[in-house]
Amino acid sequence: MIEISNLTKRYGQKLAVDDVSFHVDRGEILGFLGPNGAGKSTTMNILTGYLSATSGECKINGIDILEDPIRAKRSIGYLPEQPPLYLDMTVKEYLGFIYDLKKAKQPKSAHIKEICEVVKITNVYNRLIKNLSKGYRQRVGLAQALIGNPEVLILDEPTVGLDPKQIIEIRSLIKKLGKKHTIILSSHILSEIQAVCDKVVVINQGKLVADDTTANLSHNMSNDHRYTVLIDGPENEVYRSLCGITGMKDVNLLGKREEGVYEYSVEAEEGVDIRREIFKRLAERNWPMLGLRSSEMTLEDIFLQLTKDSGGIK
Amino acid sequence: MGAIFRRELKAYFSSPLGYIFLGVIYAISGFYFWYILANQANYIQYVFSNMFTIVLMVVPLLTMRLMSEDKKLKTDQLLLTAPVNITSVVLGKYFAALVVYIIGVSSTIIFQIVLATFATPDWNVFLGNYLAIVLIGAALISIGILISSLTENQIIAAIGTLAISLFIWLLDSIASALPAGFEWISSIFSSLSFMTRYNDFVSGILNVSHILFFVSFAAVFLFLTIRALEKKRWS
Ligand SMILES: Nc1ncnc2c1ncn2[C@@H]1O[C@H](COP(=O)(O)OP(=O)(O)OP(=O)(O)O)[C@@H](O)[C@H]1O
Ligand SMILES: [Mg+2]
Repeated sequence: MIEISNLTKRYGQKLAVDDVSFHVDRGEILGFLGPNGAGKSTTMNILTGYLSATSGECKINGIDILEDPIRAKRSIGYLPEQPPLYLDMTVKEYLGFIYDLKKAKQPKSAHIKEICEVVKITNVYNRLIKNLSKGYRQRVGLAQALIGNPEVLILDEPTVGLDPKQIIEIRSLIKKLGKKHTIILSSHILSEIQAVCDKVVVINQGKLVADDTTANLSHNMSNDHRYTVLIDGPENEVYRSLCGITGMKDVNLLGKREEGVYEYSVEAEEGVDIRREIFKRLAERNWPMLGLRSSEMTLEDIFLQLTKDSGGIK
Repeated sequence: MGAIFRRELKAYFSSPLGYIFLGVIYAISGFYFWYILANQANYIQYVFSNMFTIVLMVVPLLTMRLMSEDKKLKTDQLLLTAPVNITSVVLGKYFAALVVYIIGVSSTIIFQIVLATFATPDWNVFLGNYLAIVLIGAALISIGILISSLTENQIIAAIGTLAISLFIWLLDSIASALPAGFEWISSIFSSLSFMTRYNDFVSGILNVSHILFFVSFAAVFLFLTIRALEKKRWS
């Protein structure tokens, strides 16, 4: 459905995207993951025909975006990083304009109404866009992308700047849209991609560092062997006791959390489950364990792991 | 093109810009018309000969936001990723500005009708004059849209357009003021003159080559605007 081959983009001397290739099949939701400045927006802007690549090609539905831009663009709905809104229009006027601009074929008012229901903006339909909150503007941006019912949706960080409730709503909306559309969704939040996407492409400093299913990626990189523990007990003794556990690789005192309560980060050796052993030791000495959670893997951890463990790179 | 044209046209009147433009044009041209009436003359050309300077000053108001606003709001991403080509984006915006401009200079039609109530006017001369002011506008707006596509700052776009318009206004004076040895520059400048061509129209001479000059002038600047937008994609 979407094919990107050997895409390279230079801004003057700066190499923003470096020989990136991947593809998305019909009906898939692809997560496009990378830190700030990785080249996500640049890639998406090339894919939608806003920018031209320095070399390489992009095909949507088998149509090259450079060779037949109009036909390729007909099957794309794009929500750029900053929603492209005319602030002096009402939602109604704006979506009507988009409908005309895209020369959509669906019956106009029914189509626009339906989209407004889907993204939940019916209640601001007659308001000026400049008076809408960030979350609503984002939704109007999404509505804009949906007009004309394009097969492909390209969404650049659609949840950035939203409150937690809205983030959850937008994510589940995207998941729902994924049943009928092929979607590329960019983000710099790993958990977001895991929650929504079937496949993930990781990019760092313009280079592709991983291209896999979300399940595989998190499996390969699972770090069940790192935990943060909160313990009520004398710091030095607890520390020594933890260090004495067989299979323990590393213990770090993170700091005092309450009177007499300290937080530690512990790391076990590969394949060893130390949770029971920790509990036993603490119970013997009568030091209450107030919390135990596995440390979340951050995007940085992934990059570190992907770049040091060459097996992870494709 | 139709969608963009309609949106732009509406945008002129959902902000004060369109009203300011029309207000200024109506006020100043109205003043000259009142002057004719006060002197009991039947000479619409007096309005037209001053109209040139007026439109030079107010056309930048009309064109300053055409392209630069889209750059600033990032709505250019919307327009350039929609299934339309750049040419129709530029033409849609251009014609919206031209229509507002024509609404402005059409105050002269009313003046002419008023004059017609107490004297028999020469409609041919009027039509020639009217055509001339529309052509001048078509050319000036094409300059404005190009400048506006080069910046995201509306004020810079307006000042840039005004500067180039003033330069065009002064072409004849510069040409005649150049010292000996620069005759070739003088002749280029004179051959580009808006003023001499306009004055020909005003004095009742309808010269087809003049019409072609303004139309091709606008076409060249529109082409450059399209190129400027295309080039940005490659930067
Ligand atoms: N117009 C431009 N001119 C020069 N450099 C640019 C331009 N646009 C982007 N860059 C650079 O290209 C690189 C990739 O930028 P891009 O916006 O694609 O990153 P991103 O992955 O979308 O980041 P973010 O998560 O911050 O949105 C960055 O280093 C950026 O500084
Ligand atoms: Mg970005």
